[in-house]
Amino acid sequence: MGRYIIRRLLQALLLLALLSVGMFLLIHALPGGPEQVLFNPRLSAAGRAAIRARFGLDQPLYIQYLKWLGNALVGDFGFSFVTNQPVSELLTERFPATLELFSFALVLALILAITIGVISAVRQGSVTDYGLTTLSYFGIAMPVFLLGLFAQNIFGVWLHILPVSGTSTLGFTYDPFNAFLDRFEHLILPMLVLAVSFIAGWSRYMRASMIEVSKQDYMRTARAKGVAPVPLLIRHALRNAVIPLITVVALDFGQVAGGATITEGVFAWPGMGLLFLDSLTNRDFPVLLAMLMISAVFVIGFNLIADLLYGVMDPRIRYS
Amino acid sequence: MGENLLEVQDLKLYFKVKAGKVRAVDGVSFTIKPGEKLGVVGESGCGKSVTALSIMRLIPQPPGEYAGGSVLFEDQDLLDVPESAMRKIRGGQIGMIFQDPMTCLNPTMTVGKQIGEGLRIHLKLSGDQALKRAIALLEQVGIPDAATRVNSYPHQFSGGMRQRVMIAIALACNPKLLIADEPTTALDVTVQAQILELINGVCSEFGTAVMLITHDLGVVAGMTDRVVVMYAGKVVETAPTGELFANPRHPYTLGLLASVPRLDEKRHSELRTIEGAPPDLLSPPPGCPFMPRCAFARAICRTMPPLELVAGNSSHLKACWVNVTDPNEQAYADRRRKARLEATQVAISTSADVTLQQTS
Repeated sequence: MGRYIIRRLLQALLLLALLSVGMFLLIHALPGGPEQVLFNPRLSAAGRAAIRARFGLDQPLYIQYLKWLGNALVGDFGFSFVTNQPVSELLTERFPATLELFSFALVLALILAITIGVISAVRQGSVTDYGLTTLSYFGIAMPVFLLGLFAQNIFGVWLHILPVSGTSTLGFTYDPFNAFLDRFEHLILPMLVLAVSFIAGWSRYMRASMIEVSKQDYMRTARAKGVAPVPLLIRHALRNAVIPLITVVALDFGQVAGGATITEGVFAWPGMGLLFLDSLTNRDFPVLLAMLMISAVFVIGFNLIADLLYGVMDPRIRYS
Repeated sequence: MGENLLEVQDLKLYFKVKAGKVRAVDGVSFTIKPGEKLGVVGESGCGKSVTALSIMRLIPQPPGEYAGGSVLFEDQDLLDVPESAMRKIRGGQIGMIFQDPMTCLNPTMTVGKQIGEGLRIHLKLSGDQALKRAIALLEQVGIPDAATRVNSYPHQFSGGMRQRVMIAIALACNPKLLIADEPTTALDVTVQAQILELINGVCSEFGTAVMLITHDLGVVAGMTDRVVVMYAGKVVETAPTGELFANPRHPYTLGLLASVPRLDEKRHSELRTIEGAPPDLLSPPPGCPFMPRCAFARAICRTMPPLELVAGNSSHLKACWVNVTDPNEQAYADRRRKARLEATQVAISTSADVTLQQTS
């Protein structure tokens, strides 16, 4: 097991190294590369050269890459072109907000997706099943931004029960408890919208998996033992049915570092997704590069976690 | 009444499909006394397994549907009891072993937990007690090093060992009846005898009655007291095992026995089979279902014969109009068989001629 993890980690490092080269080159190949962003059109040639030299842009690309890599390895991703803040500072500011959003959405989505999947599977072919199936497809087909706008309109504009954007009510100072409540209220809508897209897919997956498992011979063995319906569902069916779901959930959660761009955009949630969007429009390449690298680390990391969880959940799988 | 542990009377279980009803079990009756070992034989698709599953009420409904009859277990009709009471009987009073031990055990549960589950449900044992009892059971079914193996998962056992685990699960709560549905069909030949011996030994020890479903007449001969022969969802003959083998009275039983290869047979002689295939249970022919394949058949066979006592024997029943021991009937059957054989050979040779002409 330990050896397996080490091997996987080494593979991941190699992959990341290749990815970093690729992304560095791509970013520098983009039209309107870093230089154009930085330069003021009214600058003289001498001024340009000075700025080039200051940012190290006059050096060959491979030197630039190695310098960037060297710094990145110790956590220094340079400075944002736009705000002149260190990139790492910017990220540590934004990441917790996204993590908060994703974690809550994940927990909610997991609970609901498993429940819906199980109900659909148990009542396969019933009105409930068709109803839930229709809702799921609605969730899959509905564009996130549109759903977000609807949610804002219904809960914020019409019903006046939830705030529509940001993380806290401006202009008020709350005691800690009410500050927490206020933040949670702001979290609800983006969390729901993000969760809907997860639930829609995961519940379909769960339903198929449950139906597959309930046809297995060992379910009949359990019933022949006199196991009641609820323990049968939980101990025998669910335990086996969630195994394939692990991969899907882990891969979806691996997007956390990239943020939920659209959801965060609609709800002005100051997370990684919004930062990515801003950096892209501003051609803020140090930030983009750092974000892409961190996203890659997360996706690869959660892949590994999914594989390890498989080993925990399914005794037939042992890594060596 | 009273002396029988299980009394199945005129049990009918149909499967609803788009084209109609498949009469998988069509009026089956038999009894099992306490401690008795009953063999149920018949070819694939004759309703043996469905009979067993419908006794346990394990057939999903729909598509399954009880169309009549009763299953008296200790004078209580299992088709009438509520599902909660039925759960107490499953595993507690009646244990069941299935055909394929590779797929019948839960892959994510240790065998100890799977054996203990029934104990915790029916005997209300604690986790620790159930585990201890599971170890004892594993030892009893011949699994070495039971104390460590109890924490193993099914995939860590071989097929034969898994079937031993299944037996331990089925017998955990000391049921009065064990239904074994082709327990050796999926196993290596070398392991089959061991498993049968185990079932036989353990059940004799505890006085557990056995309903052994098989298509292997050798298995039946070795370990059962009585045999029920099924064909097309119906019981066609039942007798004490020795009597059935010595004195078969139904043409189908005759055919089954004749198709068992014998050691004293001339070498290289062709294996005998029963010509034809079992009827489609969706629209079974009226009358005796075996009639289309039967050499003894005649006009009266268009009405279904009742399952009646054979003259001169109070424990031998058959559902056939013909007395197959009558020399006249045998001569008639021989003539029909010969005619059928000749017709087949003519058909084969003409079709061979045709193919020869086509290829040349």
